[in-house]
Amino acid sequence: MRLDPTDQQLINHFQRHLPVCERPYLDISRQLDMSEQEVIERLQSLQSRNVISRVGPVFEHSRAGASLLAAVAAPHEQVDQVAARINRAPGVNHNYAREHDYNLWFVMTAPDNEQLDERLDTLENHLKLPMLRLPMVEGYHIDLAFDIDWEALT
Amino acid sequence: MSSAWGLLRLRQQLEKGLPLVPRPYQALGERTGLSEQEVMNAITQWQNDGLIKRFGLVVKHRTLGYTANAMVVWDVPDEQVKALGQTLAGVPFITLCYQRPRQLPDWPYNLFCMIHGTDRTRVLAQLDSLIADQNLQHIQHAVLFSNKTYRQRGGCYASHD
Repeated sequence: MRLDPTDQQLINHFQRHLPVCERPYLDISRQLDMSEQEVIERLQSLQSRNVISRVGPVFEHSRAGASLLAAVAAPHEQVDQVAARINRAPGVNHNYAREHDYNLWFVMTAPDNEQLDERLDTLENHLKLPMLRLPMVEGYHIDLAFDIDWEALT
Repeated sequence: MSSAWGLLRLRQQLEKGLPLVPRPYQALGERTGLSEQEVMNAITQWQNDGLIKRFGLVVKHRTLGYTANAMVVWDVPDEQVKALGQTLAGVPFITLCYQRPRQLPDWPYNLFCMIHGTDRTRVLAQLDSLIADQNLQHIQHAVLFSNKTYRQRGGCYASHD
């Protein structure tokens, strides 16, 4: 999707450090030389076009609760079906098909480790597929806000 | 002093995103029984504590055209994993890098990194140059492109989901 330069600027400058003050959108609007109303309308539009999922915080997984990356090898012809079952389990917030024998990769979350294990055990029993459980040992780079390469997208 | 319940409700509300109204923190306060000032204090505190690692626009890269997402996994000797993790973390096109345990015999890889790119050819070229630059030819690796997204959303740690 092509965005106009103003939308690009909003994304370039505010993937982090959103102002925490009474009128944050007014603060942004002054930095980008437009009205507060235009900032709000552009954010609404970016959200409705699915360019941004929300404006807000990204919580640090390891501090916000318990989470774990897991994978299963679903039979080829049942990948969509198994993925749908995974999505119905409570706590799943990412779920992707990937090109590998382990072809479904998902992140399970829970308020604490005990509930996390319960959720994974329940799902593993339900799927009847052995599950790789790959907790994070150490994060070297865990911030998903990278600079968008607008040139590469044209 | 903000109530623990109010703060928990605030976290649940924040997971859905900041309201797009002129005074969003006041709106969050109304929904959570906190004052506007208490909401702003809590968010600032959580950012300082590291509970919130980033606060701003959460971009859906796929919509923008970042359609090639590769998880590259490496089987690194244990004594080298930290150093290589730190090196990979500094590479501009690598967007995430984690150490995870091996699960032998099924899964020999212990270092994971993510490359978000605009197309598969470019991502593979970036990976080739990385392997050459860092002398990683002797380290076994696998490239797992994602070919379908079934779900991608923020965490729901505070919510009953």
